[in-house]
Amino acid sequence: MSAVVLRGFGWRHGGRRRWALRGVDLRVESGERVLLLGPSGAGKSTLLAALAGLLPEDSGEQEGAVEIDGLDPRKARERVGILFQDPQTQLVMARSGDDVAFGLENRGVPAGEIWPRVDEALRRVGFPYDRDRPTAALSGGEQQRLALAGTLALRPGLLLLDEPTANLDPAGAALIRRAVANALDPDTTMILVEHRVTEALPLVDRVVVLEPGGGVRADGPPETVFAAHGDALAAAGVWVPGHVAPPRHAAAPPGDVLLTAGRLGLPPRLAPTDLRVRAGEALAVLGPNGAGKSTLALLLGGLLKPGTGTVTASAELAGRDARTPPHRWRAPALVRRIGSVFQDPEHQFVTATVRDELALGPRRTGQPDTAVTATVDGLLERLRLDKLAGANPYTLSGGEARRLSVATALATAPRLLICDEPTYGQDRRTWLELVDLLAELRDAGHGVVAVTHDEDFVAALADRTLTLDRSPSGAERSPDGRSSTGVAEAARAGDDGPAAGGVP
Amino acid sequence: MIGLEPVAVPGAPLARRNPVAKLAAALVFTVILVATLDPVAPAIAIAVELAALPLFGVRYRVLARRAWPLLAGAVGILVTLVLFAADRSGPVLLQAGPILVTEGVLTTALGLVLRMVAVALPGIVVFATTDPTDLADALIQNAKAPARFAIGALAAFRMVPLLEQEWRMISMARRARGVDAGRNPVAKLRLFASTAFTLLVGAIRRGTRLAVAMDARGFDAGTPRTVARPQRFTRADTLLVAGAALLAGAALATSIALGTFRPLIG
Repeated sequence: MSAVVLRGFGWRHGGRRRWALRGVDLRVESGERVLLLGPSGAGKSTLLAALAGLLPEDSGEQEGAVEIDGLDPRKARERVGILFQDPQTQLVMARSGDDVAFGLENRGVPAGEIWPRVDEALRRVGFPYDRDRPTAALSGGEQQRLALAGTLALRPGLLLLDEPTANLDPAGAALIRRAVANALDPDTTMILVEHRVTEALPLVDRVVVLEPGGGVRADGPPETVFAAHGDALAAAGVWVPGHVAPPRHAAAPPGDVLLTAGRLGLPPRLAPTDLRVRAGEALAVLGPNGAGKSTLALLLGGLLKPGTGTVTASAELAGRDARTPPHRWRAPALVRRIGSVFQDPEHQFVTATVRDELALGPRRTGQPDTAVTATVDGLLERLRLDKLAGANPYTLSGGEARRLSVATALATAPRLLICDEPTYGQDRRTWLELVDLLAELRDAGHGVVAVTHDEDFVAALADRTLTLDRSPSGAERSPDGRSSTGVAEAARAGDDGPAAGGVP
Repeated sequence: MIGLEPVAVPGAPLARRNPVAKLAAALVFTVILVATLDPVAPAIAIAVELAALPLFGVRYRVLARRAWPLLAGAVGILVTLVLFAADRSGPVLLQAGPILVTEGVLTTALGLVLRMVAVALPGIVVFATTDPTDLADALIQNAKAPARFAIGALAAFRMVPLLEQEWRMISMARRARGVDAGRNPVAKLRLFASTAFTLLVGAIRRGTRLAVAMDARGFDAGTPRTVARPQRFTRADTLLVAGAALLAGAALATSIALGTFRPLIG
């Protein structure tokens, strides 16, 4: 319904030296479905914010023009709906129906029309509950569908989707894509930003690639764009269908056991789980949202006290401390043995500069200054952070923050590294670097455990997988022959090491 | 921690009243009580409040659970005042070693503590019987509160449980960086401060994102809002407020009639 015109458009956020976006010329006709791509830092989110009229004039500097149906987007806000990444920060009200009604109230829709429109929007996105369902009781995918309903109820002519499935597990992401496909009017214009290109392609008929330095790099039907620019785009960090990363599986059979979990659980978040973590092996923990994957990572990382069962470190990992469980170790002793990388890097930042952040762990473990400096310099260079050594960790981009959080865990050279969604929201370049880095660690005899939804990551790196099940009733047999509640374990096909396939 | 979610038995006659009426009744009732320093008027007020509880659908056991920090505080203040207040006038009631309790000190201390309880109870009852969404709706529709304030507060309120979760996450993340305090109290304090700072940074970021999402759905854009959930202020609501004023007045009158009245001013 709405058409978009950008002429030499650029935007620089207040207080920044660099333009977030520059020299963009683009026309999107009414009813077109566009996938907007570009490596991290190309300004995709800024472009969507500009179109949604969410860049106040006094918050930065604008160049060129942006128009929606010939209007300044700030004056055309009623024509535009936008859906963001994080459902938690989009829901306003405590009850589902009230949340959809919120936007209608704001737009001054007559009271008599509000509830019929709420019901219609909920039906269109396939919302499975009634209007009174508490928003806090919804899963991430359900919350995101509700947020989509709240946007669609306003009947936007232009729908903007800013990585709407990035926070969701594959099943939740598929639900959102289906909801978008089914709920959209044929004449609604849509612009989608999405890292998972392959999955997004059925929703779009045109691909636009932004160039980080400025301008549009490629524009056209998906097949044409990927045929002409596929290799160059992949090299620049854009996810391109068909460009699969080369697998990096362990060449040698796994080494000694580092950590053993026996009936390890934390009701109600995690059902009892058995597993062994080995040196020289990359173990991927899979399963839907709510199955307790992150909880398992925290328990293995010695950060959370087990509710049931035990975590036992081997003498190989902990020496004489092996008799006490990891959650009782002092923190400096813990980080020399087990490193944990959290899903949200910002949770882990403690100091004011990237350099101090890397030096913190080695200093806490009592390394001499010369050794600390050597470790820090090595990591800065290896993870391409050397130019950012003086920057505040909170000002880093998503990819930089992820690299830093992995580097901080490596700074104390732990024998075992546990990562929670390490590749979440990363562009292709950072993704490949992470796979390489973790593969090198594994090949050097470290143990790697990664909690992940990322199937490509599993295919590229994992030597063994453990799948947690949401329903404790769905018990499957683990390869050791015992029935393990809600857990399925599998070795990579073709692996025939004596220890492959879990607990012998 | 004091819970804030409503606990009333649904359908209780006064719990169903307009939230603004309940709030106004609580306010009127307590403001009148503040006028006196004696223990009699607040004692009557507490009796009235407790007698009215079933009408609000609040069970005594539930109230006790919710109000225990208040009661514990009240007892603590009573003991402290009785033992340490400078005023030692009136006949001696008890003398044991260094402890001296007189009638004057007991009256003052009781008056203060009873007043505290009498003023706090109505507030607890209002929040225990009112859904936050209804309160925000009624504040906007019946008390002409700005939607920006009422809905904004409501949205912020929804994020409070997230903070608790976030705190635990940050604490674990600190440990994963090799930072813990052990038994050193100074290190503990520093760790607490730095965790609080990270929590604050995260809360501000999240708040900003929520504000942008609300903006994008037309919140506070200058268009006159309509209401999806109309709240009515009826004659019964007026009666509730008037009844509260009347009862508080009666408590005050009794105190004057008994000669115990000690005005706050004068």
